[in-house]
Amino acid sequence: MASNLFVWIEQEDGQADAVAWQAMAAARNIAGDLGGSLNAVVFGDGVGDVARQAVQVGADRVYVSDDPSLGRYRVEPYAKLLSRILETEPPSLILMGASTAGLELSAYVSALTGAGLAPDCTDLRVEGGQLVAVRPALVGNLVSTVTFKGTGHRFLSVRRNIFQPADPDESRTGEVIEVAAVLAEDEIPTRVESVETSDGAVSLTEANIIVSGGRGVGGPEGFQPVRELADALGGALGASRAAVDAGWIPYAHQVGQTGKTVQPDLYIACGISGAIQHLAGMKNARVIVAINKDADVPLYQYAHYGIAGDLFSYLPAIAEEVKKRLGR
Amino acid sequence: MNIIALVKQTPDTAQLSASMDGLRLSAEGGPRIVNPWDEYTLETAIQAREEHGGKVTALCLGPPEAADALKTALAMGVDEAILVSDPAMADSDSLTSARILVAAIRKIGRFDLIVGGRAAIDGNTAATAVQVAALLGVPLISYVADIGSLDPEHRTISAVRLLEKARETVTSRLPALITVVKEINEPRYPSLIGIRKAARASIPVWGCNDLELDASTVGAGASGVDWKTELPTTREANVEMIDGGPEDAARTLVDRLMEEKVI
Ligand SMILES: Cc1cc2nc3c(=O)[nH]c(=O)nc-3n(C[C@H](O)[C@H](O)[C@H](O)COP(=O)(O)OP(=O)(O)OC[C@H]3O[C@@H](n4cnc5c(N)ncnc54)[C@H](O)[C@@H]3O)c2cc1C
Ligand SMILES: Nc1ncnc2c1ncn2[C@@H]1O[C@H](COP(=O)(O)O)[C@@H](O)[C@H]1O
Repeated sequence: MASNLFVWIEQEDGQADAVAWQAMAAARNIAGDLGGSLNAVVFGDGVGDVARQAVQVGADRVYVSDDPSLGRYRVEPYAKLLSRILETEPPSLILMGASTAGLELSAYVSALTGAGLAPDCTDLRVEGGQLVAVRPALVGNLVSTVTFKGTGHRFLSVRRNIFQPADPDESRTGEVIEVAAVLAEDEIPTRVESVETSDGAVSLTEANIIVSGGRGVGGPEGFQPVRELADALGGALGASRAAVDAGWIPYAHQVGQTGKTVQPDLYIACGISGAIQHLAGMKNARVIVAINKDADVPLYQYAHYGIAGDLFSYLPAIAEEVKKRLGR
Repeated sequence: MNIIALVKQTPDTAQLSASMDGLRLSAEGGPRIVNPWDEYTLETAIQAREEHGGKVTALCLGPPEAADALKTALAMGVDEAILVSDPAMADSDSLTSARILVAAIRKIGRFDLIVGGRAAIDGNTAATAVQVAALLGVPLISYVADIGSLDPEHRTISAVRLLEKARETVTSRLPALITVVKEINEPRYPSLIGIRKAARASIPVWGCNDLELDASTVGAGASGVDWKTELPTTREANVEMIDGGPEDAARTLVDRLMEEKVI
């Protein structure tokens, strides 16, 4: 049975989140096999450009709701609106990025519509007309293969930085369907009083390059060479829990089971042993480099390149070399 | 204030080792703990009661041995604990679990605040508590890193949400459901007196009959998804160790990273 696909395009201030285009790419990969149309859903205040971009990366149709009450993402108005759109649709597959908002919205609407849900997927395929979603479980120590049952809608979200977004094709055209907001402002139970955006630092979960420090950096000052290499590479700064617990660096930087799960192109671990809980957050990075004065730590099991030496002598040399070669 | 804390029991990943892989750990009888994220759930609920009075009820859906997680909750200081358990409920997906939890919450009756965790480390769906809010139709504030104010009299709550790119302060009316993240507090250890009290406490167990749920509406059969789990394919270690002093090693490493096209 053909199944239409809907992709929620997460945006903020008229700027789409990169994970939305990754979700769009994931949908596009399977749309052919599922044999349905590819639709985008864009909610916000002043999102005409985002809707046009959605067409350029493959949407045949874009459902747009442009309303001040939708300016900043809130789960209730977004969820009610999405389920209203889906009400009149035949059973469809709804995809989004597994961001904080996407995980929440997909769960909420799946409850409103009684639909099955596969969150945070790392692979999608169609086998014999059946959608199969792959997702890590037990913090990366198990892999779970999910199939959907029944005949209703199906929801899934895709993990960041797994699916390669398509290049926009400016000549593509698509239909734009305007939808009215479902809840009036005074029917929305939550109010956003203030928003404090994190400083200019690259967010860990979106970074293509992460340089992390662990207990081996020895103290708060020990993060200096780690930070300098991250800056030289234009990457983000990560940390092991040991370094966070010691109070050397804020929790926001923690990678691992009780921190962030990241999947950058390059992960450089400095003075980190590679405990299972740290690996859980980073072992799927495309290229892993371990710098550790011990030549036999568990991280080498996963690393592609290793340097057995003192991070304080190697990191500055690497940062220098990077600046020289990349002209920074 | 009447507070409900949603607590799951999960495998204890600290016990993972060369001889204890994810499958062995998850198998029946494996080592179990309170879902690490729900320690923050419990601490949040207990602190709210300490400040505003009232009662905390810990609610857990799981197999009979999940009563141990509720013992921990009691030892930490919750007032009551209820285990929802029925063989028919085994392998419920997150939405079916949420439906069961909602039936139990309705049976508990009045509540001002429900607290859940960001996710459970086993299924890691980060969905169940969100779905409970959706099904109950109560306001949801997720990823809470700080409760600015909780005012049972004026029936309002203000909380700071920790998002990927921002901290967002949100207000809502009560009753509401919040999910909390690690930043919110430092979970307490159970006290000795608490542990003794918990050992004596009897924990009611509610099954399908108690919740007036038809067995066909719960468990794997009623779920929207099926899943199989296996061990991830481990990759052969094939690390290339880069030798030499800092300058030489730096040059070689940067060469490799450029060849890999990651920088
Ligand atoms: C429930 C639970 C959840 C957890 N969650 C997380 C999590 O989310 N993230 C996480 O990271 N951990 C987590 N942990 C902790 C984890 O088990 C490890 O304790 C932690 O990752 C170790 O951090 P580390 O590698 O920095 O420290 P260590 O294991 O102490 O390693 C430090 C390394 O630095 C090297 N070193 C020292 N000096 C130098 C130098 N000058 N130059 C080069 N190398 C040097 C040493 O050889 C050593 O290998 C969790 C644990 C539990 C029980
Ligand atoms: N079986 C359960 N019993 C009680 N609460 C649960 C259960 N499953 C999930 N929860 C709650 O929902 C949160 C998210 O869990 P999950 O959707 O499983 O990742 C947990 O932190 C708990 O607060």
